[in-house]
Amino acid sequence: MFCCGVYGFITRKNMIAMLISLELMLNAVDVNFVVFNRFLFPEQMEGMFFTLFAIAIAAAETALAIAIIINIFRATKNVDVRGLNEMKF
Amino acid sequence: MDYSQFLAMKQEIGLLIVFLLVFLYDMFMPRRSLRALPGFTAVLMLIFTVGCIFCCCAHGSATTAFAGMYETSPVIAAIKNVLNVGVFIVLVQSIKWANSEPMHYRRGEFYELLLVTLFGMYLMISARHFLLFIIGLEAASLPLAAMVALDKNRYESHEAAVKYMLTAVFSSAVFMMGLSFVYGLTGSLYFEKIYFALTSQFSLMLVMAVAFVIAGIGFKLSLVPFHLWTADVYQGAPTSVTSYLSVISKGAAAFAFMVILAQVFGSVYSRVWEWMLYALIILTITVGNLFAIRQRNMKRFLAFSSVSQAGYIMLGIIAFNTMGVAAMIYYILVYIFSNLAAFGVIGAIENATGRVSMDDYRGLYKTNPRLSFTMMLAMFSLAGIPPFAGFFSKFFIFTSAINQGSTAIYVLVLIALINTIISLYYYLLVVKAMFISEDECQIANFRSSCSERLGMWIAVAGILLLGIVSCVYNNLLDMSAVSGLAAYFV
Repeated sequence: MFCCGVYGFITRKNMIAMLISLELMLNAVDVNFVVFNRFLFPEQMEGMFFTLFAIAIAAAETALAIAIIINIFRATKNVDVRGLNEMKF
Repeated sequence: MDYSQFLAMKQEIGLLIVFLLVFLYDMFMPRRSLRALPGFTAVLMLIFTVGCIFCCCAHGSATTAFAGMYETSPVIAAIKNVLNVGVFIVLVQSIKWANSEPMHYRRGEFYELLLVTLFGMYLMISARHFLLFIIGLEAASLPLAAMVALDKNRYESHEAAVKYMLTAVFSSAVFMMGLSFVYGLTGSLYFEKIYFALTSQFSLMLVMAVAFVIAGIGFKLSLVPFHLWTADVYQGAPTSVTSYLSVISKGAAAFAFMVILAQVFGSVYSRVWEWMLYALIILTITVGNLFAIRQRNMKRFLAFSSVSQAGYIMLGIIAFNTMGVAAMIYYILVYIFSNLAAFGVIGAIENATGRVSMDDYRGLYKTNPRLSFTMMLAMFSLAGIPPFAGFFSKFFIFTSAINQGSTAIYVLVLIALINTIISLYYYLLVVKAMFISEDECQIANFRSSCSERLGMWIAVAGILLLGIVSCVYNNLLDMSAVSGLAAYFV
């Protein structure tokens, strides 16, 4: 799942699709934590708590990223990352 | 619950009070008195900084709170004070920009977001549990994306913001993936417990976990090969935000990086991460330097220079001794002063004329001798020429690395020294443009505003005095000897 996210982040050209790939990566982390907690250390809840916080943080990240992408869309009328090449090297 | 443990968080609580005062001022004061908001914030920050320096350095030992999730000690208080000083200079330098026509109706947001990110960095530095660390890391990096996008009328600002945002989220996802591996290996997220659980372990999973964690923070610190966002973001962001991003955010991340590597992965130093960091340092210093040579835009130029400076800061981590801690904090302090002097000049010229290319600086000495003199001092200090503070900080950090003792480190220091000479070339290019080159369309003589001059004076005073007043460094060394960190070094 994490590798799918990384692959998607690198290959997608649409910023929204890139954001979805990032979400996939963050969710992979969450699943990883929960599984480790459930099967390796079932006597305590640390991984579960971490997952809860990670979900909240991921939501905040998405909100901010969407806001910035909307700004870009207003300025350029598309959400293609190939358009973002005003500055390089 | 024992409420007295909140007393350990004096600095965080003080910063929160500053933030609330600024917020209330922004919300409830009449519209015409809002012009004073930037000055008000700077004065509050000054009071807070001085207060911190006087009270928080007093107590002598490490204290923990919240079941060991939070730790403070003299050396941690010291790095927070260093950041405070830097933030104060950034605030002073931003006053004119914040009161300018396109910015004035959102200046409140700039100051509030800035203080919140500083709070996040405090948490990052003091955290001894990865949950608290992640919260601090996100609080320090997410509002920064909003700050980069603050200049709504310029397209570059948005482009920089989206690049920063995507890399920041990507890096924190990679970092958390590393954490989940660590959790799977050890069953805990407390730094201390992980440290003891890892002492006897060595597996492929551990190497991967450490690599993920290093990559995640490497993005924040813009180490090569994770540096690709740096130049674009520095160029696109408003100059005040760039200066904040390049010194404060980098300094905090560097210290937090050191804490993680020492207190969490300290027991696997030579087996796992020494060679990773070794390769990263060589790449960072060299690639940063080589790319800096070909830049014409001053902000991009300083971006690559800051990439290579981050490599030098990492030398303090690979040294892995108490002297490394002190040398690193001292290096960050000096770097804050020199870089902010350079950004002060760039910001003043940009506010007055809107020009940021290196070619525009030709013949600046004829028209604006004081500005070009400040710039020259900053460049000399960044390059490490003897009478200025930059020389001493480089000297201490090289010494601390050599004290580590292995032959590989000698080679590393030699490479770093060669790179210092390369860096001298491009820093002097700027000086040459200002003092020797002639140009028909020079920047006309202008008077920078009072606040900008004040900011530059403080930075220049720092550059000149810090090298001579060596008690600063000795104090840092004493502090790091008694800190909780010292126990983790081999």
